[in-house]
Amino acid sequence: MESRKATLIAALFALICAASVIAAQTGTPQTPIKIGFMVPLSGGNAQNGRDILNGFLMYLDEIGYKAGGRKIDLIVEDDEAIPAVGLTKARKLIERDEVHVMAGALLSSTGYALAPYITSMKIPMVYPVVSADDLTQRRRSEWIVRTGWSGSQPNHAFGEYVYQKLGVRSVVTVALDYAFGWESVGGFERTFVAQGGQLRQKIWVPISVHDFAPYLAQIPRDVDAVYALLLGRSALQFMRQYQEFGLKGRVQLIGGGTTTDEHVLPFMGDEALGAVTALHYSAALDTPENKQFAESYRTRYKKVPSYYSESMYTGGKWLIAAINAIDGRVEDRQALVDALRRVKPEGLPRGPMELDEYGNPIENVYIRRVERVNGQLQNTVIDTFPRVSQFWNFDPARYLSEPLYAR
Amino acid sequence: MVALRAFVITPKLLLAGLCALFLLVAPPFLSAYWVGLLTQVVILGILAMSLDLLIGYTGLPSLGHAGFFGVAAYGVGVLSTTYHAGMWTSIAGGFLAGTLLAALFGLIVSHVRDVYFLMITMALGMVLWGLSFRWIPVTGGDNGISGIPRLEGLIGLPASGPIPFYYIALLVFAACMLLMTLLVRSPFGLTLQGIREHEPRMRSLGFNTWLHGYLSYVCAGAFASIAGIMWAYYNGFVSPTYLELTASSELFLMVTLGGPATLVGPVIGAGAIVILKNVMSAYTARWLLILGIIYIVTILWAPQGLWNLGKRR
Repeated sequence: MESRKATLIAALFALICAASVIAAQTGTPQTPIKIGFMVPLSGGNAQNGRDILNGFLMYLDEIGYKAGGRKIDLIVEDDEAIPAVGLTKARKLIERDEVHVMAGALLSSTGYALAPYITSMKIPMVYPVVSADDLTQRRRSEWIVRTGWSGSQPNHAFGEYVYQKLGVRSVVTVALDYAFGWESVGGFERTFVAQGGQLRQKIWVPISVHDFAPYLAQIPRDVDAVYALLLGRSALQFMRQYQEFGLKGRVQLIGGGTTTDEHVLPFMGDEALGAVTALHYSAALDTPENKQFAESYRTRYKKVPSYYSESMYTGGKWLIAAINAIDGRVEDRQALVDALRRVKPEGLPRGPMELDEYGNPIENVYIRRVERVNGQLQNTVIDTFPRVSQFWNFDPARYLSEPLYAR
Repeated sequence: MVALRAFVITPKLLLAGLCALFLLVAPPFLSAYWVGLLTQVVILGILAMSLDLLIGYTGLPSLGHAGFFGVAAYGVGVLSTTYHAGMWTSIAGGFLAGTLLAALFGLIVSHVRDVYFLMITMALGMVLWGLSFRWIPVTGGDNGISGIPRLEGLIGLPASGPIPFYYIALLVFAACMLLMTLLVRSPFGLTLQGIREHEPRMRSLGFNTWLHGYLSYVCAGAFASIAGIMWAYYNGFVSPTYLELTASSELFLMVTLGGPATLVGPVIGAGAIVILKNVMSAYTARWLLILGIIYIVTILWAPQGLWNLGKRR
């Protein structure tokens, strides 16, 4: 028994030692460009993280892991969707692996936690998904560019659309109770109410919600539309219960893009038909670039690309374009971050895009309706708002002097 | 049993000495990344030792201990960013917030034992998490609070690299370990161990067992607060994940893996978990599986924890 215990201790220590020895062997004479990448790959957000990584891997394969005449080394870390873990992993990537540029993160909390560190280390970083408004507004960093979107961005456009084109006059919102929910609903409320619409009630559901019954019961039956901002499991559950409560067919369902995003859409049934949402991407977007992207993604991963998948395909394209623009001299970090803000690659799946001076994309916002085509649900694009800025048509300076959208 | 352990030079003591020596002299020769990990080990080591006061010495299994850690961290975060308070005010504020909360919660939880204690502490921990998540004007909700100034800068040390902060953390760690060692060897600490072994007997001997349990809970909360303050300064931000149930249960695992009622064991547990997590996740996406196997192996072959290996029950 004693020797067994000793073996156990020895094995544990051997494991640690071996790992640190391997860890110490870094650096090769001919240095490739090192890209540090982190998303949640375990826990409840792993699937979204996996989608983001898939898009990036697909793009890197397309270009043969080469940019600016140098080889690309991709180092992937799992941030577990925990901000403190994300920070530890960022430290590992930057201080131990000595990456030249960083990309990734999914949650806003991780995005905010990383920003001061990234800024202090002066490492250029691409946020492909993190949508917290203030990251490119009141608390922006010169070292971070966002190739995704800000939470309120499509919703500003959507508020006007819902009033003008859908003829909706009164709305109840059902949204996840955290920053992403507040900013989405806040953006929608601002333009919808400015048009003359009435936001009757805002229902906030905890992110761990299991049953929507208590919330659905609060919805008055005489509103014109219900705006839902959900994602993942909560979106699936909501759709099912929306139908069970007899609301489907009586009250038009509208919402944020994640509610019917392709990461959940294939798991929904007829209950989702007719829902109208707004986002900067749809897998059913009818352009040659997107058709090609969606087709090769489907072939490679056997599923429909979600907006998460597209995010780092485009983010990767952006990053590589910037590296090419400075001929692969990524050691000059200032030049790299300047290039990231300057480049404007063409042929993105989501359509034309450029960065504003705050580091947030100006891009199309698509109004999508869930339809069944060839037996599969898809987000058919029914209208397009071209070149939407994070400030909509407000004056940036005034916009920034106002507080961030909150509950 | 545990209390009157005689101190002779054992292989274990030698190992502990070597570890201490390593923590003291090795960091200047290590890369910044490893120094960062060691900083995490010593801060979480303080936290694990504080939980050991409850689990190991008093026999009170708490599943909400990360709560005090988190509240103290939020104290520092709120005071130093929203109110731009000075360093000492922030530290004192964080410490008082965590400790007073422990004193308050102690009044509720100290009346129950065993699984009921586990459940109530877990519930209170969840309440604190909910508060950090929903009290948005103060805590910033899900986004947390970032932009806490660096501690080295505040006390006039060069802010270059992770070494200065590491040694501050190590100093705090050593002080906390010394205090806790004195505590568990004092008559008070021996009484706690008596309560753990047989509470009715201690009561019939005339000890106020409720008061002892209560004070032990408050002390554990105070040391957890110190760890929370250090953690807030180390990361530069606070977020609700500090107070999550998973944080509390991981902490529980650090103590049980390392060996309860030893103080050194929980530090070893904290070290093993932090290092294994970070090193393994760099090489395999299946690192959770490996961590799980290690837990199972420990439970099967070393149910008393690594540091208690070879000791008779």
